[in-house]
Amino acid sequence: MGGAEIIAILVEKFGPRIQQTKPDAIDPYVVVDAGDLVDVCRFLRDDPRLQFDMLNCITGVDYCEPDPAKAPKAGFEPHLEVVYHLSSFVKRHRFVVKVLLPRWKDNVPGQLPEVPTVTSIWPAANWHERETYDLVGVYFVGHPDLRRILLAEDWEGHPLRKDYVFPLEYHGIRGR
Amino acid sequence: MGLLEGRFEKGGVVITTLEQAINWARQASVWPMTFGLACCAIEMMATGASRYDIDRFGAGAFRATPRQADLMIVAGTVNFKMASRVRRLYNQMPDPKFVIAMGACTSGGGPYYKYGYNVVKGVDLIVPVDVYVAGCPPRPEALLEGLMRVQDKIRAMHDLTKRQPLDYLVPTRSGYVQLPPEVETLQKANEYCRRRKELSTPAKV
Repeated sequence: MGGAEIIAILVEKFGPRIQQTKPDAIDPYVVVDAGDLVDVCRFLRDDPRLQFDMLNCITGVDYCEPDPAKAPKAGFEPHLEVVYHLSSFVKRHRFVVKVLLPRWKDNVPGQLPEVPTVTSIWPAANWHERETYDLVGVYFVGHPDLRRILLAEDWEGHPLRKDYVFPLEYHGIRGR
Repeated sequence: MGLLEGRFEKGGVVITTLEQAINWARQASVWPMTFGLACCAIEMMATGASRYDIDRFGAGAFRATPRQADLMIVAGTVNFKMASRVRRLYNQMPDPKFVIAMGACTSGGGPYYKYGYNVVKGVDLIVPVDVYVAGCPPRPEALLEGLMRVQDKIRAMHDLTKRQPLDYLVPTRSGYVQLPPEVETLQKANEYCRRRKELSTPAKV
């Protein structure tokens, strides 16, 4: 099934809760609000026409230009995206769901933006969400075990944020 | 091994000092630790396998515990999360112990020097290093060369005769780079340079 047909099914089911659609991209995607993510994902998995039984990947993308001189020309407002790549073994099609987030919750630096977890739908999301939390800094509400997965447990900051400041020292070992 | 080796025609007698005998035994059984962190470990495994065969130098017994090991080959990128573990493994090794920093990452951060936010910029920030082996990853021959330099260090150890002068020199193995004969001394080198310069000057018409 092509991307346009999947998007048509989703728009028919959810209506205005689908915020953006892009059927002509290489990977066709829809953008949904964080509050609607679990409903949309559950529908994508359970609907007999779609049957997305596999979650390939969860990615976090930081849209941010740390250089203030280049920021006006960057072409985007600073925000985060969480991208869910789905595929179906049964139907042999793929799809992408995106969630747009502010870089910080309530624009308070240090407060991580929140997304509901999809571990109840695809158990594979468990480690993917831990990785996204670790490196990009997205808080997955309801995750059973949201710890850092790659970096040390007492690490500060989220390194794949564009404005991340490299540590000069870690437990007495100089970093430069 | 000793200075008198081969001096007796009929054989059967070898005279040496106790220290040289101990050092000889030590350098012929350097047991490394089974310890690999990244792609350099693959090359270390190749060094241990039959083609390069690190066992020729007595260092083939990779021990699975630091308490039986003499040599730590730090093969691969050390990151901050691993640093405390590397330090602990080093502390658990019995004396005398030696460390080879294998590859660019362990020598100084390597390709992760600038943007590796979690990479230790050289394992010498954590443990004392005896021999640095260059390469990314080093060839097995390079690692063997590093092992031979460690053996040179062991052969020059003087635990029993501390603070007394050494009576023979290191290195005694191959791999020691010697100058070609035409630049051996300063006079010969100057002469060589002058001649090369004359040869490279275009002839006047």
